[in-house]
Amino acid sequence: MAAHSAVLSMSKIFNPFWGGRFGNTVKVFGTTLTSHRNRSSRNGDNIPPPAKYGGRHTVTLIPGDGIGPDLLNHVREVFRFSCVPVDFEVVHVNSADESEDDINNAIMAIRRNGVALKGNIETIHTMAPSVKSRNNLLRTNLDLYANVMHCQSLPAVQTRHKNIDIMIIRENTEGEYSSLEHESVPGVVECLKIITRTNSLRIADYAFKLAREKGRSRVTAVHKANIMKLGDGLFLQCCREVASGYPDITFDSMIVDNTTMQLVSKPQQFDVMVMPNLYGNVVSNVCAGLVGGPGLVPGANYGLNYAVFETATRNTGKSIAGKNIANPTAMLLAGCMMLDHLKLYDYATMIRNAILSTMNETRLHTADIGGQGTTSEVVQSIMRNIQSKGPLISER
Amino acid sequence: MTARSVQSLSGALKLLFNNRLTMPPPARYGGRHTVTLIPGDGIGPELSKHVCELFRFCCVPVDFEVVNVDSTKDSEDDINNAIMAIRRNGVALKGNIETNHNLPPSYKSRNNLLRTTLDLYANVMHCQSLPGVRSRQTNIDIIIIRENTEGEYSSLEHENVPGVVECLKIITRTKSLRIADYAFKTARAQGRRRVTAVHKANIMKLADGLFLDCCKEVASGYPEITFDSMIVDNTTMQLVSRPQQFDVMVMPNLYGNVVSNVCAGLVGGPGLVPGANYGTDYAVFETGTRNTGKSIANSNTANPTAMLLASCLLLDHLKLHAYASMLRRAILCTITETRLHTADLGGHGSTSEVVRSIMNAVQSTGPRTLGI
Repeated sequence: MAAHSAVLSMSKIFNPFWGGRFGNTVKVFGTTLTSHRNRSSRNGDNIPPPAKYGGRHTVTLIPGDGIGPDLLNHVREVFRFSCVPVDFEVVHVNSADESEDDINNAIMAIRRNGVALKGNIETIHTMAPSVKSRNNLLRTNLDLYANVMHCQSLPAVQTRHKNIDIMIIRENTEGEYSSLEHESVPGVVECLKIITRTNSLRIADYAFKLAREKGRSRVTAVHKANIMKLGDGLFLQCCREVASGYPDITFDSMIVDNTTMQLVSKPQQFDVMVMPNLYGNVVSNVCAGLVGGPGLVPGANYGLNYAVFETATRNTGKSIAGKNIANPTAMLLAGCMMLDHLKLYDYATMIRNAILSTMNETRLHTADIGGQGTTSEVVQSIMRNIQSKGPLISER
Repeated sequence: MTARSVQSLSGALKLLFNNRLTMPPPARYGGRHTVTLIPGDGIGPELSKHVCELFRFCCVPVDFEVVNVDSTKDSEDDINNAIMAIRRNGVALKGNIETNHNLPPSYKSRNNLLRTTLDLYANVMHCQSLPGVRSRQTNIDIIIIRENTEGEYSSLEHENVPGVVECLKIITRTKSLRIADYAFKTARAQGRRRVTAVHKANIMKLADGLFLDCCKEVASGYPEITFDSMIVDNTTMQLVSRPQQFDVMVMPNLYGNVVSNVCAGLVGGPGLVPGANYGTDYAVFETGTRNTGKSIANSNTANPTAMLLASCLLLDHLKLHAYASMLRRAILCTITETRLHTADLGGHGSTSEVVRSIMNAVQSTGPRTLGI
């Protein structure tokens, strides 16, 4: 509690300074631009400084399966082209392997470097149930408790809804994803959904802090407490407790079925949403679909000491792997979020602007947003945009 | 009712007769049916009144036995009375009964109690785009079959250690086989070609894995119907971008809740879609998305369409098909006249205006009616 109040009082000191200076530089993609700068300065004594030797950062790269390897190669290409001072330590995780050595190596590498960029690792359904989801193992071992996804309507993308600007904060480690199941009686499976007070308070606190930093006025908790009274009731109670400490932010709650229906008819009413794991999964996918699809939205997983960046909807994309039609936008934007986290803001802004200019050219849209461009064409165009802005670049 | 005569019937009728082969015949004395009516809370009572009004106007041979359930009371007597009444009559029409969050957790959701006690294992919701309703997506025609009694709605929770709550999600083989069987029978009866199972078996390997296995087993007995499966997050994203790809969907309880609400939102909102809960012996009809509508109660702005279409489903279940089609035609006729939309569809009509217009539509087609 003392640490909690110490952090809060520090936030009062730092917030006006940072908020005033950088508040008006938030552009279309300036998502966690202000937030993580504030976070690291505020929790400066908690998060270790980024690993930076000789001015270059080392970041763990986990290619994953499906379209992951291709897209991450493109990210590396763009970074190399823009002379971004980041070196990637590549760790392969074989999803067909039953042993957990690969994923443990990856986790070790992330502990070492503090930051990672990953593609989705496939969970093969035909393997034994004792083989846990590798992505899940990574998130729980590193205690990446907050999954943040910022869904914004992009001007150049054709969607049915406009003016969407929703931040989704999803509890990332407990809830329905505890992988605790047992079959006491043959034919009857019990699956445990765990909700704890500490984790719920933690995620609610994160949500309100983020809302305050970004100048958001409303936080909505999504739950199903009319049925799961103890579980989601606890979550809701924790959110209300935390909300009482943020009188400038309106707090309300909505049941998950009503939320999804409202999202489909009137998504403009939502501002910041906080929720447990499974509802977060569904709601974030609905929002991703509303703004244009899984190829456009990046996602970030934050813990106290580590941060892992990936596409928001965590698609493996097996059916389009190796065909050069995947949309690289989500992965590239995830790379930009990573650069923000490493405090390399200029590089992040440069690449983001290049991506936005490329998006404006509809003939360069990939198949998932209704165009006919290929992945490599899009990446080439982004690199051309970077080149035309004039900073130092390496030879192509 | 021989198998051959069943085959020769069309669409919804086939579905009904397949159910009716195992269900007891409807209670019918002197040619009139008795149906339990549970008004519920919020907009339930006023919409139930409109249903009664309309039925009386059209001389439908149905008598309603009204059972009120008080949601503020702690005792379970009210809901037990309602359940007894439904056991007696076999069929019911209900509004949603509110679950007050401030009551202690030992107070179970009344709607849930009703569904589990009567073992209404299948919730069927048919989402169709209506021509007169403005929506962002068109040509949607999805049947959602949702397991109604187990899954996350088991209300089994405990707090072994203070601050740590465990909620149990139960998936059983028998119920999964039963719902999958129901889904495939419905698909066959309605001439549908594809059934999609929605799950999250990559994370909940045992539970949703069992559900998926049961669906696959049942699918092998229906070779003319394509079976595929999709993870729930991908499903919701696809629903938002391309809902026309879905045909029949079967899923456990919680995903069913979310997916049916998304689909209801896609076709125009909670005021348009009726829902039905079927068990082996009983059937209960209500609005598809089970909204209480507290904020618009008694303001004459609620959309009566969902409840009225639910009552048409009720009439079909009671084999009063002529009345059902007549009412349905009148309701759809009113919706396609755009100026008679209620507020939730973007119009300015009131509930009573819509009901009046439906009565006019019924009268103009010529059957015997009472005076307006």
